[in-house]
Amino acid sequence: MTNRVMFCVTLFGAAVSTPLTAYRSPLTAQDTVKGKAVYVKWCAGCHGDTGAGDGAAAPAMLPRPRNFTGAVYKIRTTASGQLPTDADLMSAIDEGLPGSAMPAWKARLSEAERRDVIAYIKTFSSFFADTSQHIVPLGFGKEPGGGTSAQAVKTGRSFYDSIGCRKCHGDQGRGDGPSAPTLKDDAGFPIFAADLHQSWRFRGGGRTEDIYRRLRTGLDGTPMPSFSDLIDQKFLTDEELWRLSQYVRSLSPAREPEVRDVIHAPQLGGTLPAAPDDTTWARVDRYWFPLVGQVIRKPRWFAPTVSGVWVQAVHNGRELALRLCWDDRTLSPDTAWLAFERRVLETVASDDSTPPVAGLWPDQVAVQLPRHIPDGMERPYFLMGTGTDPVYQWRWTSEPRRTVAGLARGLEQFDTLGAAPESQAVWDHGEWRVVLTRSLATPDTANELQFVAGRAIPVAFFAWDGSNGEHGSRLAVSTWYFLALDQPTPPRVFVSPVVAMALTLGLGFMVVWRAQRRAGGSRGTGAGVGAGAET
Amino acid sequence: MRKLGSVGVVAVAGSLLTLAIAAWTRQPPAQAGATITGKVKFTGTKPAMPKIDMSEEPKCKAKYPAAPPTEETVVVNPNGTLANVFVYVKAGLPASYKAPAPSGPVTLDQDGCRYHPHAFGIMVGQNLQIKNSDGILHNIKAKGTGTKNRPFNISQPTTMTSTRTFSAPEVMVPLECNVHGWMHAWLGVLPHAFYGVSGADGTFSITGLPPGTYTVEAWHEKYGTQTATVTVSGSETKTADFTFAGK
Repeated sequence: MTNRVMFCVTLFGAAVSTPLTAYRSPLTAQDTVKGKAVYVKWCAGCHGDTGAGDGAAAPAMLPRPRNFTGAVYKIRTTASGQLPTDADLMSAIDEGLPGSAMPAWKARLSEAERRDVIAYIKTFSSFFADTSQHIVPLGFGKEPGGGTSAQAVKTGRSFYDSIGCRKCHGDQGRGDGPSAPTLKDDAGFPIFAADLHQSWRFRGGGRTEDIYRRLRTGLDGTPMPSFSDLIDQKFLTDEELWRLSQYVRSLSPAREPEVRDVIHAPQLGGTLPAAPDDTTWARVDRYWFPLVGQVIRKPRWFAPTVSGVWVQAVHNGRELALRLCWDDRTLSPDTAWLAFERRVLETVASDDSTPPVAGLWPDQVAVQLPRHIPDGMERPYFLMGTGTDPVYQWRWTSEPRRTVAGLARGLEQFDTLGAAPESQAVWDHGEWRVVLTRSLATPDTANELQFVAGRAIPVAFFAWDGSNGEHGSRLAVSTWYFLALDQPTPPRVFVSPVVAMALTLGLGFMVVWRAQRRAGGSRGTGAGVGAGAET
Repeated sequence: MRKLGSVGVVAVAGSLLTLAIAAWTRQPPAQAGATITGKVKFTGTKPAMPKIDMSEEPKCKAKYPAAPPTEETVVVNPNGTLANVFVYVKAGLPASYKAPAPSGPVTLDQDGCRYHPHAFGIMVGQNLQIKNSDGILHNIKAKGTGTKNRPFNISQPTTMTSTRTFSAPEVMVPLECNVHGWMHAWLGVLPHAFYGVSGADGTFSITGLPPGTYTVEAWHEKYGTQTATVTVSGSETKTADFTFAGK
């Protein structure tokens, strides 16, 4: 009986609280007809005419465009399973979803257009018209202070361990946990556990506050659950969840890495750090180079997993050492990821004459240089040169663990040269760290680039993640950048200022001495200074 | 003004009471009515179920000392019957038939990194208690299938119980754990209590049916659905057997 009364009270309560659904439309001026026009022009290419996430461009994408028909959204401020607020949809459209193909539209569409398109997107699902759906943003509170302190980060890390984040995101957060190779989204597509070291690619934003929100709401449609029940049941306090968010934030650089065109290689004395974990590297500036899928030559590759490479360089006047670090959640080849690789290849459209087959490919990285330092701005074709104008490359592979050097004449042809740089590599919890070392000068001056300090040397990078089915032309590429070996500071740089200072000082003394002598000669005339002034 | 307020309170209380009584009296009397019972037979080749590697979860692995557990997509009983078949009244109830959700919950337990039960039913609005007996991280996800129920995905990293409800009939809601990719369960959400699941002996039973002619559907996660038409009256028991063939 009591339960029945409670049931009715709940019903009554629900009726009273219906004004809450006013939250459904805090945005005014929504027009589904105008919204449709915006949608057809700008959105349907990826999201499809019926909003099913199956537009013409969709098959090449991973993650796939959102399917609006189920009204399941990753980035919300509402509880797991609830519909998003209009403000949630607006912010996804405004800011885009970093790390996916969804761009930011704030600067491209007017506010009215964005509101209209939201109204139209909501028509794809009957849930938005269902008045029994309550859309209530969660209360998030404020981030507790001291978030970057060692103690806060340590506390956060303890919850990272205790609530099992490592199961998917891995011990160090690069998405290499034991469950990671089994993950699928609700549509059955393979999905990667986020690499927590690249907060600028988090779909819902990379601020601590954004991370906290994702922990509270979960990412619906994906394996990422909501942790709100833990707070409700007092297994975790709100502050502890904030500490966890702060820990996760601490794994990424403070700001999205800025792309700089020129790698400066300082000159060091003595031997170069040939080991990837030599402590010297901690004192050397690192440079970030973003990589993108190779979509120029067939077969193209639209879903690379290596999003960029950190590069450091040093030389000692005789040799150059180049350290490349990049996040790769798999130590390829790895049979544990073979089924995942198969799902990726089945999901991402191929333009190959025969469908790609999952295989135990190694991880690879290539450093590309011209054969000679160009005099002007003319450089060989960035995508591995051409038949008539080849490029000089170093290619490192994880298995066999070695580096070869050769001439690339386009994507298809690579002719190995006799000599290759020394290399050492470490794979550590989802990160490769590889150091390549070579003499600045070599006997084969015709084919091998001769490094010269003080010159701008073109350099480009390529990476393959074997467990993502990448090999051959399926790879991630960069454009040309530059490497500059710092010249040793000539002694005159130190001597000249001293000489100049001494000269200035001497000249100054002379001027003062002469002036004083003249002043001394006229002393005793009494009006001498005044007379001098008059002359 | 205050008087008006108290009148309002009385009116609200009165209507609540009326509603409550109405809800109470509308419930069909328990255990009365007809029964449909039957057996789900299995013919053909029994597919080999893959063994589950639980070495990442020693706590779960320890619960299977005799032999490693296998996946539960197809469970053929020793007597040659098929378990985990959800049998329910798909059609035939009068349009006006309404049943309130029982106050007692349905419990889904995560024990030994498996769901117990594997296939089961619940009524619209009835509480589903999701229990983690393992005390290790599970997430429990109800996948959204489009238009009926909203999805959810909850983290349970410790021994705890979460409660959720479903708002619309749906056969079936897929439940899964993404930490342990082998963990799948299937939930039939119905506006009535006329459902059963074939158990370890392959039988099911649906009780308390009002007289009528019903479409009874048997649902299996791999072998799909089969239907039977059954007419019952009074408190009689009718039999409806189903046979699924291995492929």
